[in-house]
Amino acid sequence: MRKKSLKDSLWLKVGLLALALVGIVIINLFLDSYKVKVLNLCAIYVILGLSMNLINGFTGLFSLGHAGFMAIGAYTVAILTMPLEAKEMNYYMKPMVPFLLNLNLPFIFALLIGGLLAALFGFLIGAPVLKLTDDYLAIATLGFSEIIRIVFINLQSITNGSLGLKAIPQMTNKFIALPLGLSPKTNLLWAWGMAILTIIFMQLLMKGSYGKAFKAIREDEIAARSMGINLFKHKVMSFTIGSFLAGIGGGLLAVHLGTIDPALFKFALTFNILLIVVLGGMGNIYGTVIAAIVITIAMEALRFLDEPINLGFLTTPALPGLRMVVFSLALMVVVIFKREGFLRESLEKVLEKVRGKYAKNQ
Amino acid sequence: MLKINNMTMRFGGVVAVNKLSMEIEKGQIVGLIGPNGAGKTTVFNVVTGVYKPTEGEVFYGEANEKISQLRPDQIAKLGICRTFQNIRLFKELSVFDNVFIGGHLRLKSGLFSSVFRLPRYTGEEKKMTEKAEYLLEKVGLYEMRNEKAYSLPYGMQRRLEIARALATEPRLLLLDEPAAGMNPQETQELMEFIHDIKDEFDLTIFLIEHHMEVVMGICENIFVLDHGNLIAQGNPQEIQSNERVIEAYLGVE
Amino acid sequence: MNMSIQEFLQHLANGISLGSLYALIAIGYTMVYGILRLINFAHGDIFMLGTYLTFYGILFTPIPWYIVFILAPALTGLIGLVLEKLAYKPLRESPRITVLISAIGASFLIQNLGILVFGGRPKAFPTPAILERVLKIGGVSVAIVNFVIPVVTVILLIGLNFIIQKTKTGMAMRALSKDYETASLMGININQIISITFFIGSFLAAMGGIMWGVKYPQLMPHMGVLPGLKCFIAAVVGGIGNITGAVLGGFILGLGEIMLIAFLPTLTGYRDAFAFILLIIILLFKPTGLMGEKVTEKV
Repeated sequence: MRKKSLKDSLWLKVGLLALALVGIVIINLFLDSYKVKVLNLCAIYVILGLSMNLINGFTGLFSLGHAGFMAIGAYTVAILTMPLEAKEMNYYMKPMVPFLLNLNLPFIFALLIGGLLAALFGFLIGAPVLKLTDDYLAIATLGFSEIIRIVFINLQSITNGSLGLKAIPQMTNKFIALPLGLSPKTNLLWAWGMAILTIIFMQLLMKGSYGKAFKAIREDEIAARSMGINLFKHKVMSFTIGSFLAGIGGGLLAVHLGTIDPALFKFALTFNILLIVVLGGMGNIYGTVIAAIVITIAMEALRFLDEPINLGFLTTPALPGLRMVVFSLALMVVVIFKREGFLRESLEKVLEKVRGKYAKNQ
Repeated sequence: MLKINNMTMRFGGVVAVNKLSMEIEKGQIVGLIGPNGAGKTTVFNVVTGVYKPTEGEVFYGEANEKISQLRPDQIAKLGICRTFQNIRLFKELSVFDNVFIGGHLRLKSGLFSSVFRLPRYTGEEKKMTEKAEYLLEKVGLYEMRNEKAYSLPYGMQRRLEIARALATEPRLLLLDEPAAGMNPQETQELMEFIHDIKDEFDLTIFLIEHHMEVVMGICENIFVLDHGNLIAQGNPQEIQSNERVIEAYLGVE
Repeated sequence: MNMSIQEFLQHLANGISLGSLYALIAIGYTMVYGILRLINFAHGDIFMLGTYLTFYGILFTPIPWYIVFILAPALTGLIGLVLEKLAYKPLRESPRITVLISAIGASFLIQNLGILVFGGRPKAFPTPAILERVLKIGGVSVAIVNFVIPVVTVILLIGLNFIIQKTKTGMAMRALSKDYETASLMGININQIISITFFIGSFLAAMGGIMWGVKYPQLMPHMGVLPGLKCFIAAVVGGIGNITGAVLGGFILGLGEIMLIAFLPTLTGYRDAFAFILLIIILLFKPTGLMGEKVTEKV
């Protein structure tokens, strides 16, 4: 009996996936350029949110180093995908290290290398730092993230320093759009493809024994190690995987923005992801996905808060910073009053109502 | 099975355990008793590697392997597992997962196999699942297997902890006050249960208890600690008639 | 190495000044952590608020500057107190991660409120003329600030030491930081002591902020972020929870930073990384800090 439903659900899942991918391609073709960009950013934050959730939410390690790993991924992709002319244009103050000048790889390889490099640094940083307790771990990872950023500012011949990198090649859907007579836009399949893969990966990981070991470590480290779980090995595992995903997210972000510089990778970036993870529910995969989408859209939609608002009878002056004030307040309200995860609880309540209605109609 | 050699455990200026030497034979049920604060849980903590002894050694198994400098997870892999005085379950995990994860230390497949659900892993997962279900059935918690651990009543939480420890496939099982909070009937069931699992899983059992019926009822050998010192050892009759033991518990006027 | 004695003395004076400022801010972190085991991420932003309040106090009120120099820190102290009541007190029973998140949220909230209210463009600190003088001692030009700062710091530290060692409040603070549970059973009014702790820490940070404004006159809403981080690191280096440690850490950091760029000018770009590297080293080799004590966990 069990086997039959398993098979059914697997085909169902594959079917849904195929449908989703087709849907994404269609939306990509017909939605306007701005909205496509926003959707692209949503996917990137899904990946970033999940990567932080793995480390912080599932394994209980309070790491604040995300921005650093994203920087590694971003710069790797930028440097490896930029054509020679773009590099020469960018590195006008101090010429680029020759071996990197001529190095050029297709996007997928650059992205994977970015992720792997980030993972490597995650491993190197994790090894000494993961033995520390909560608060110290937070500060140490934040410290490393800042060190990475400061190093990037100073290694001018590799990263172009504070000048940053512009003209990062875009990944568009021109191969489908142009023949159909439509204008090419950012190709959502890259970010969303990666996002879907990440979601599936996280589900498989957390369903398995290792995922449960991570959660056990989060719940009670002392009990976990007394039951034979090697704390260090598992923490490094979780941290390294999370860093890999952060690197991928960073790489996708670089292409999304087209321009990066070290100032982008300050602590504020980690804070944005933290916002998503807290609001979506620590240790909740779907909560994070929904929160990533909702918050990304909200961040865009609420841009109007920073501009003058025309209320018809009066116009409020431009109030830059109001948007982030609203978000910071939201974070604190959730943390102080809800504790769990605002979106997850609201979602659960909605689901219950739906189930209730469905049961009644039976 | 277990040999503690001249072990002293000091925390700053406080001597929690003082020059303790004791031995446990394979297949025995051994009790560790003493008034509160005598250092009993400290002994457990040293044996399971939570603390490294300030002085002395701990040896384990037929090969007399020195374990006093090993990490707790290494010691668990060698076959020593424990329950906790204050119950340390994985609260947000389901009852099933709590026991399932006890088997994780025996897993041979790597992370890759686990995520991509390769046959090697799924085979092991199936066995771990069956083991967890069997153990849950044994402690009477199978119906509750999908509930979160924190939602269980106290008595069931204690049973869950034992099931979890059994999932690690121990040879030496350390029980820290397993009968705490139990009424006489539950205590009786516990004693039968301990005999049962000892026989079924070929265990050696080392337990800390305050419930004297349990200690006198199932322990073959008893060690008595007072203020970190071993003041007596012997079988139940010897201990019950030992003056120093009586003094330690009642206090001398 | 081509450095004259004069240059070295100037660097030294600079380092001691900066060290004093770091010390004053670090004290706030260490006092709060000592009692509540909480990293008050928003402390650096409190420091920023103190500086801005002084700015507005001098430029927009008729109050003379030397009074503003006392009032603004007092007001900042109150703000710190209110911050605790709103963002930390409700979470006293919550897991540490939750409080940390609240602290980070508070930090960003204050920064962005700063952008909103003060505007993102840099403002110039209104240094009173008397403090802008430069003295010439034996051929060396020393800004008078570099004298004033250490002197004021010492005075403040003596005052703080008096409070901690010689008053009942101070004793209660010491008791709470040594053993929270036991002390709270001894009839100490915890809320009051915590409020006082936050007040003192924020007051000192604001004092540091004023002197910072005199030494580095450019004010911006995010000016507290990096110093805040560095000062927390200073507190960790010295031994978190230990006030003497915080002062020591502050000086090590301040002097270290200045001396680094004095002797190795090519590394100037890495100036800010110095603190973080120091942090990593301390956490790896002596995580309890230079003056800290080891704590064993109870199972």
